[in-house]
Amino acid sequence: MKNSFRYLCFIVALGILAVMVVPSRHALAQAQSAADALAPGSAQLINPEDLLNLLQSSKGEKPLILNVGPSLLYMQAHIPGSEYIGAGSDAQGIESLRRRGKALPHNKFIVLYCGCCPWSHCPNVRPAYDALHKAGFTNVKVLYIADNFGTDWVYKGYPTIKGQ
Amino acid sequence: MRKSVLLVVVLILVFGIYRLGWRSSGRAKPSGLPPAAHSLAPDFSLQDLNGQPLELANYRGKVVLLDFWATWCTPCRGEIPHFVEFQDKYRQQGLQVIGISMDDGPKPVQEFYQQYKMNYPVALGNEKVAQAYGGILGLPITFLIGRDGRVAAKYVGEVQMPTLEQEIESLLQAK
Repeated sequence: MKNSFRYLCFIVALGILAVMVVPSRHALAQAQSAADALAPGSAQLINPEDLLNLLQSSKGEKPLILNVGPSLLYMQAHIPGSEYIGAGSDAQGIESLRRRGKALPHNKFIVLYCGCCPWSHCPNVRPAYDALHKAGFTNVKVLYIADNFGTDWVYKGYPTIKGQ
Repeated sequence: MRKSVLLVVVLILVFGIYRLGWRSSGRAKPSGLPPAAHSLAPDFSLQDLNGQPLELANYRGKVVLLDFWATWCTPCRGEIPHFVEFQDKYRQQGLQVIGISMDDGPKPVQEFYQQYKMNYPVALGNEKVAQAYGGILGLPITFLIGRDGRVAAKYVGEVQMPTLEQEIESLLQAK
């Protein structure tokens, strides 16, 4: 009798768990696809110092660096050699990114970056990453900027240039 | 038997909390002053959203809260209702809030201005103003400028409102 009750409790618990988990997964799946892939520490991210080392090294494939942030921030300072695409948070920016992608092989090493806001609040990198991912690009990384481009790149003395 | 039930309930709760995830949002602390500490805040001459001239020099003698923000910036959006409240609360004592938007165009800013019932002047920023303030390379960035026109504090990231309010009160007391 006691064992049966425990078994019943276990089944009920599983049922409740399923109710709790399954709908939330459905509701959040789309919004979280990039968020999960770009969670701090994930393999899709590249740290500023690692990107700098990569750019300064004579070895290894150099990535195509695409800025998907606001233009006013890009004009003040950006990574030398990076291209301005447009803000990933607006449809025009995503369209520009798709257009830029059409000329590239799907295994092209691409680094996306923004740096407008603290990482968890950046509205640009996740939609941009999602767009490239959906377009079939297989070698895309996102520059992990914890606070903002100033703090995590410029004020560390890493190279920048101004203008468009 | 009751222990078993309790255990199951606790496990469900723990797992539920784990699934939902607790995410903390990083809050910025005062990041120190611009390169020349307590230097005169650089003047600027812009047009506000109504086309009226907006010049910092016209607010000398007031305490100015200068907010660099954008409509797409989540922490900025969280701060603005507090700034609206501060403007109302401390207007008579001499506080003037000024917003400089780093948006790429005026349309979203105008909509936002109406929606949030902003009660202080807002202008679109440009590269020149941003450079004058040491580079606006991330948002939000908030400056507090004393009645003497000198920069009293700079906050990079989301401001802790109690700290900011304390600083505003302290600056307002200085005649």
